Amino acid sequence: MARRFDAGYYISEGVHSIFTHGFMSFAAVCMIVACLIIMGSFSLLAVNLDNMLGDLENENEMVVYIDDSLTQDQARALQPNLAQVDNVSQLTFVTKEAAVTDFKAKRQEIADVLNDLPSDAFQDRYRVHVVDIERMAQTKAALEQVEGVSEVQAAIEIADGFVMVRNIATGVAMVLIGILLVVSLFIIANTIKLATFYRREEIAIMKMCGATDGFIEWPFVVEGMILGLTGALIAFFVQWGLYQLVAKLAVQGNGLSLVTMISYSSMATTILAVFCGVGAVIGVGGSLLAIRKFLQV
Amino acid sequence: MVRFIDVHKEYDNGTKALKGVNVRIDDGEFVFLVGPSGSGKSTLIKLITAEIAPTEGRVMVNGFNLNTITPRQVPLMRRTLGIIFQDFRLIEKKTVYENLAFSMRAIGASNRELRRRIPYVLQLVGLDKKGDRFPGQLSGGEQQRVAIARALVNNPSMIIADEPTGNLDPQRSLEIMMLLERINELGTTVLVVTHEKNLVNRFTKRVVAIENGRIMSDGTGGYYNGEKI
Repeated sequence: MARRFDAGYYISEGVHSIFTHGFMSFAAVCMIVACLIIMGSFSLLAVNLDNMLGDLENENEMVVYIDDSLTQDQARALQPNLAQVDNVSQLTFVTKEAAVTDFKAKRQEIADVLNDLPSDAFQDRYRVHVVDIERMAQTKAALEQVEGVSEVQAAIEIADGFVMVRNIATGVAMVLIGILLVVSLFIIANTIKLATFYRREEIAIMKMCGATDGFIEWPFVVEGMILGLTGALIAFFVQWGLYQLVAKLAVQGNGLSLVTMISYSSMATTILAVFCGVGAVIGVGGSLLAIRKFLQV
Repeated sequence: MVRFIDVHKEYDNGTKALKGVNVRIDDGEFVFLVGPSGSGKSTLIKLITAEIAPTEGRVMVNGFNLNTITPRQVPLMRRTLGIIFQDFRLIEKKTVYENLAFSMRAIGASNRELRRRIPYVLQLVGLDKKGDRFPGQLSGGEQQRVAIARALVNNPSMIIADEPTGNLDPQRSLEIMMLLERINELGTTVLVVTHEKNLVNRFTKRVVAIENGRIMSDGTGGYYNGEKI
């Protein structure tokens, strides 16, 4: 008798086993749903935090002051040199007149004092946005080296603060997700192990008949995959509901719109793909962990 | 063919189960392996089925050298064996037919092969009308016949029966032994592990007696524990 890959048999055995051990299957799906929602919530928190920090980072700009000895045309001509500096993403030239006007507009409460401010009281300047605020100090130093630049102002401490908060938030989220993933794997493994325990006699018989480990494992892999994907689908929709609820509460309690949340639908495809991937890995990994012990005959 | 050459087996706890066993079972033979509890019978069977490896010595089973066999080859070797247990080890929630089909499926048989082989084997063991019964609906003797059918269904070259009559009354035990004798006459090697002296002595077969991990006697026609009957 030739060995062959009997997908129909594996699927039918896997599905049959899910219903034979209905309660255990239900428990496994519930565990997967719970684990995915916890992981998903942390991930979404991290993504939103990162997004909010990204917005704040974008608002964090440097100001490059041009030497007073240069004419406005010469100052404008510096733009290509400044743009060549590594990490510079956007440059906006601001004339000294525009700077004065802008300053007066922002200081309306002392308008009478500023009325006599001459139009050339300030220097020509560039507003500079960077790609990566982590490299702000190096960028500032490089800009200072450009001929015609008299001074560069950058809120390095604030930038470092953003970077630190983002790194801590990402690190904490990654560690928590990692721990939850491992915990989920073992919970699922133990849940499926109970189901496998009832079938140890069948496994022993199959082994004695000459079944390969692969033949014995495949129905469990199918079972784990179905449980994992079912859990992932349920978790996806529950997570959606929870996210909408949190988003609604955030808007209600946030009149100044300081907190902006990314819409779930814009991330739905990614979330579904990640949930299905993690669900399948947890389900299949848990099954294989559970069955390993019983294959040692 | 099974060959043990100076085989020793010592377990991790220090128990020396086999001490220099030399035995050869040729194709087509019917052999009783007898001995008291703890004599080394089960260890010998486990070595044949590659559940354990010898500490020393060589073991050959149906063309496979178990000293050098790879994990991938173990299932192939086991397909040359049919194993029968004292407690039948049938799957209670499967019918007789399904129990046999399960065993055939395990080695990748097609539905066509199942339909062709199972009725033949059930007829051979006298259960051709009981394929739709569950094990719980059968007597002990019938359940052991199902176990024999399951061992036979993959057409092994050797049947190993580990105390096959341990749970049966004398009449049913005799019937099972006669069935195994018939299977042997059809060309399958049969190794029966037992300590039922009376049953062994009703058949004129080769008897290998083992005690304290050593072969004490090996001969045909009523040898048991070194005593001539």
